[in-house]
Amino acid sequence: MKLSPDETIFWQHGFITINLTIVTTWAIMLVLVVGSVLITRKLKTGIHISRGQCILEMMVTFMNNQIKEIGLEKPEQYIGFIGTLFLFIAVANLCIIFPWYEAPTGSLSTTTALAICVFMAVPFFGIVKSGIGGYLKSYLKPTFIMLPFNLISEVSRTLALAVRLFGNIMSGGMIIAILLSITPFIFPIVMNALGLLTGTVQAYIFSILATVYIAAAVHDSKPSDKKLQVQTNNKEYKNG
Amino acid sequence: MDNVTLIAVASIVTAGLTTGIGCMFPALSEGKSVSTALSSIAQQPDAAPTITRTLFVGLAMIESTAIYCFVVSMILIFANPFWTHIIAK
Repeated sequence: MKLSPDETIFWQHGFITINLTIVTTWAIMLVLVVGSVLITRKLKTGIHISRGQCILEMMVTFMNNQIKEIGLEKPEQYIGFIGTLFLFIAVANLCIIFPWYEAPTGSLSTTTALAICVFMAVPFFGIVKSGIGGYLKSYLKPTFIMLPFNLISEVSRTLALAVRLFGNIMSGGMIIAILLSITPFIFPIVMNALGLLTGTVQAYIFSILATVYIAAAVHDSKPSDKKLQVQTNNKEYKNG
Repeated sequence: MDNVTLIAVASIVTAGLTTGIGCMFPALSEGKSVSTALSSIAQQPDAAPTITRTLFVGLAMIESTAIYCFVVSMILIFANPFWTHIIAK
């Protein structure tokens, strides 16, 4: 039994391997890029907008609201990264309705790559917000004793992100494969529908967790602002 | 029993136990968290979006432990390093 689409190999030369995961990933990237270019080529501001523009606007507004609710004040800065993660994982998971399709997120290499992107993006946004010194100080919070634990949590949550997405998608595919050999008619369809739900929820969770991590890095690395904010809040409270 | 049989028996039994126990406790805790979230949504319907989002993130955290157990048992069944070692020898 195949555990992941990595094992379907089309072409191999030296250590360069073209397998099903890479082909599907590039196909999804092509669909996403061409689709958004086609839709955003003729944007309108009037009342009558095209169907594609309506869908895109809904998605962008939804993501902006979600990012803002988690505590990042300027979602426009972060939606480029987080929205891309969400769209890619959601499309990759939802395409299981096509026959002979194997989700690239069911391969540990894809999910590890996505998790490493989050792992790199957290310090990037933290440094953009408050400089290298301010970001590095956030590792010493609440006291310097927590430094090793903060470092361990950075690595372990990256591992958890990768294994969670991989495990969920891989288990969904495997259950369908097992059911196909036992009851090939109705039940695989039901599990496939459940897989659509799981895929959407997993895409949502992956991007929400990335947002939470980024928000934590951005908030922890600005001590002076926070104190100021608390003071102003207290003042408002007293005045009100 | 020779070594090959011992490794096979240990791997199969451990894989079953891992998924069994590793599904049981996350299921209990997920049920607990969902029931708490439902009762708090019933008390405060205004806070439903926040509670739902936090619930999803928490459920993902809890469920990842079950997924770890599943991945470990999959490794034990399909990609067992001890089994390949003893077969290759």
